[in-house]
Amino acid sequence: MTPEIGYAMTAVSLGLALYGSGAAALGARAVRPGLIQSAQRAALAIFVLITLSMGLLVYAFLTFDFSVKYVANNTNLGTPFYYRITALWGALEGSIVLWSWMLALYTLIVIVRYRTRRPEFYPWTLSVMLGILAFFLLVMTLPAPPFQRLSPVPPDGRGLNPLLEDTGMITHPVALYLGFTGFTVPFAFAMAALITGRTGDEWITITRRWTIVAWYFLSLGLLIGGWWSYHVLGWGGYWSWDPVENAAFMPWLTGTAFLHSVMIQERRRMLKLWNLTLIILTFGLTLFGTFLTRSGILSSVHSFTQGAIGAFFLAFIALVLLTAFGLVAIRGDRLRAQGELDSMVSRESAFLLNNLFLVAAAFTVFFGTVFPLLSEAVRGVKVSVGAPFFNLVNIPLFLSLLFLMGIGPLIAWRRASLENLKRNFLWPIGVGIAAAAILRLLGVASGLTLLAMGLAVFVTVIMALDFYRATRARLRTGERLLPAMGGLLHRQNRRYGGFVVHLGILVIALGVAGSQAWSVQTEATLNAGETLEFSGYRVRFDRLSASEESNHFKVTGTFTVSNGQARPAVMQPAKKFYPQEQTPIAYVDYLMGLREDFYLVLGDFARDGSQATIKVQVNRMVTWIWIGGLVLTLGAALAILPDPKKA
Amino acid sequence: MNRKGKFLAGGGVIVAALAYMMYAGVSQSLVYFVTPSELQARPVAGKAYRLGGMVAAGSLKWEPRSLELSFALSDGRATIPVRHKGTPPDLFAEGRGAVVEGTWRGDGYFQASLIMAKHSEEYKAPHGDAAPAGYKELLKTLQGQPKSPLPGY
Repeated sequence: MTPEIGYAMTAVSLGLALYGSGAAALGARAVRPGLIQSAQRAALAIFVLITLSMGLLVYAFLTFDFSVKYVANNTNLGTPFYYRITALWGALEGSIVLWSWMLALYTLIVIVRYRTRRPEFYPWTLSVMLGILAFFLLVMTLPAPPFQRLSPVPPDGRGLNPLLEDTGMITHPVALYLGFTGFTVPFAFAMAALITGRTGDEWITITRRWTIVAWYFLSLGLLIGGWWSYHVLGWGGYWSWDPVENAAFMPWLTGTAFLHSVMIQERRRMLKLWNLTLIILTFGLTLFGTFLTRSGILSSVHSFTQGAIGAFFLAFIALVLLTAFGLVAIRGDRLRAQGELDSMVSRESAFLLNNLFLVAAAFTVFFGTVFPLLSEAVRGVKVSVGAPFFNLVNIPLFLSLLFLMGIGPLIAWRRASLENLKRNFLWPIGVGIAAAAILRLLGVASGLTLLAMGLAVFVTVIMALDFYRATRARLRTGERLLPAMGGLLHRQNRRYGGFVVHLGILVIALGVAGSQAWSVQTEATLNAGETLEFSGYRVRFDRLSASEESNHFKVTGTFTVSNGQARPAVMQPAKKFYPQEQTPIAYVDYLMGLREDFYLVLGDFARDGSQATIKVQVNRMVTWIWIGGLVLTLGAALAILPDPKKA
Repeated sequence: MNRKGKFLAGGGVIVAALAYMMYAGVSQSLVYFVTPSELQARPVAGKAYRLGGMVAAGSLKWEPRSLELSFALSDGRATIPVRHKGTPPDLFAEGRGAVVEGTWRGDGYFQASLIMAKHSEEYKAPHGDAAPAGYKELLKTLQGQPKSPLPGY
C-alpha cells in the first residue's frame, strides 16, 4: 500500500500548490483576504502532506519495503541503520522530496513572518513560492516519482551507492539544498516587488538575512562536498572542477555577487536592475545545476533524451527566466538608478569590480562546463576542458577578488581622498609586501603563491587595523577592552560579521594556495615488512587482512607510520568490495595536522598478502580549508543577528 | 571624455581582457577525444589527447615494483601502445574499455598521465557473494595468518 498512499499524497499536494498559487495571486489582485487565507491553509496542508510522505518513505526504508522501487534501488538488507534514513536523499527521486520539503518549510516561515508585516509583498511572494513548489511536486508526480511500485517484489535491494555511506554524504546534500532552496525566498520577494511595482530596496531589506542564510548553507554544502571528496574518494583532492561541483559553484558565485551589490542599492539607490538580474540568475542557476547533474546530459548529449526529467527542468528554467526578465522589462522605467558613480576610486567601483569578477568567474565556470556539450552537439567533436582551463582563467579573478576584499570595506563612498587611501592602506600594503618578501627568503619560489599569501596578509592587516581603531575609539570614551570589543561586534554585527566571513575565506584561500603549492605524493610497492621513506615519513607495510562486513567484503592493509617526532601511528587504509558495484571502493586513512596531512591509500595488492602498492601523499595546509569553513560559520552567524539599531 | 565614457572605456578594457583570458584558456587546455584509428591516421607528437578504446588481449603488463604499466588500446582497426607510471585503476582489465589522457610520443607510443577505466552503464544485479572471484582464497589466506602484535619501531 505504501507506494499508492505516497503517490496519492504527492498528487494532492500538487493540486493544492497549483490552487494556492492561483488563489494567492487572485487574492492579491482582487484584494480578497479570504483567498489569501485559503492559500495559506493550502501551504500548511502541503507541508503536512510532504512531511508525511517523507516519513512514509523513511518508514519504507527502515522496514526494507522493497515493493517501493526507490527503496529497492537504494538500500539492501545489509545497509546500516543511519544510512537507511539518509538513503532518502541518496538518489534523484528522494532528493526532490527533500527539496520540496525544504521549500514547503521556507514557505511556512514566510507565512509566519510576513503575513501581517508585509501585506503589499506577501501574497505575491506566497504565490510565487507555491508556484515553484508546484513544479517540484510535478517532478515528483511525473518524471521522478519516489513512490513507484516494484513488481515482483525482490527479496533484497540493490544497495546504497557505497560512496554515500559516509557522514559527509549525510550532511552535504542537506546543506546544499538548504542553500539552493533558500535563494527561492529572495527570488520570490523580487518577483513580488516587480509585480507590485514596489521596486525600491524594500525587497532587499526584507530578504537580506534570508540571502545570508542561503549563501551560508550553500558555502557549507560546497565545503562539506570538498571534505567528502578529500576523505572518501581517495585522490587526495577537494576540488576537481567536475561538472557536478561546478553546478553548485555557479549559483554560489552569483549569490556572492548579489550579497555585495545589494549594499550599493541600499546605500546609493543604484544597481536596481543589476540586483534583480543577479537574483534571477542565481535562482535560475540553482535549477540549472539540478538539470545538469540529474538529466544525464553530462555523460553525453545523446543520453540526455532518455530521461524526461531533463526536459521538465529545461522547460521550467525557460519559463522562470522568460517570466522574470519579462517582468523586469515591463518595469524597466522604474528600475533607473537614482544615484550615479562619482569616481573610479570609490567604494561603489570596488563593489562593481567585485561583481564583475564574480560574474565573470561564474560565466567561465558555465562556459567550461557546457563547452564540451556544445562542441559535441554542434560540431560532433568530443573535447574536454579540464582543470587547466578553470585554473588559468579563475586564478587571476580570485586573486583580484582577494585584493578587492581588502579595499572594498574601507575605501570611502563616492570619492576616496588620498588621505583616506593613505590612512587605511599604506600600512597593510607595506606589511603584505614584507610578508611576501619574508616567504621569498624562506624559499617560496612560486610567484602565484607569494602573491596569494601576500594578499591574504594585506587583507588581514586592513581588517585588524580597522577593528583596532574602532576599539581604540571606544576605549577613549572610558569603556573597558572586552566590553568595547563585544559592543562593536554587537552594534555593527553586519560589518564585523562580514569581516569574519572574509577572514574565513582568507583562511580557505591560504589552505588552497598552500596545498596546491606544497603537497607532494608518490606511489610505491612494498613487500611485507618493508619500509618506504618519503618526505620525512617512514611507512612500514606490516600485513594485509580481510574481513566480511554487513554489506561488503574488506581488504585492509596495516602500516606503521612515523615521522621521527611523534609516536609511530598504525594506519589502516582498505579496499571495500560491494556486491552491487563493479569497482572496489578505496577507504583512505590519514593523519590530520595543521601543517600537513599524511594521506595513505591502498592500491593494488598481491593475492597472498605479501605485497601492496600504496599511494602516499603529504597534503599541506588542507586542514586550513576546514578551519576556514568554521570561521565562515561564525561570521555568518554574527551577520544574521538582528540589527540592533532597528530593534 | 566625460565620466560615463571613462567608466565605459574602463569596463570595456576589463571585459576584453577577460574575453582574451577565456580564449587563451580554451585554446591551451582543450583536449580532443580520439579513437586509436583517428590517432594513427594523424598523429601529432607532443599534443594532448584523450584516447579511448579497448584494452587489447594479451597486451597488459604491470610491474608492481617499478610501477610500470603498459598495454595497448584498440578500436578493432588500429592498436596504439600505451605506457603509464602508476597503479592501474580498479576496473582496468584486458577486454574492457578505458580512456587515457596524455601525449603521443614520436617514438611510437602514447604516454598516459591519467587512466580512466570505463564503468559499464548497464544495471548489474547484485551477486550473492560479496567477494569477487579469487578473493575467497585471499580471505582464507589472510584470516589464517596469526595476528601477532606489532613489533615496536
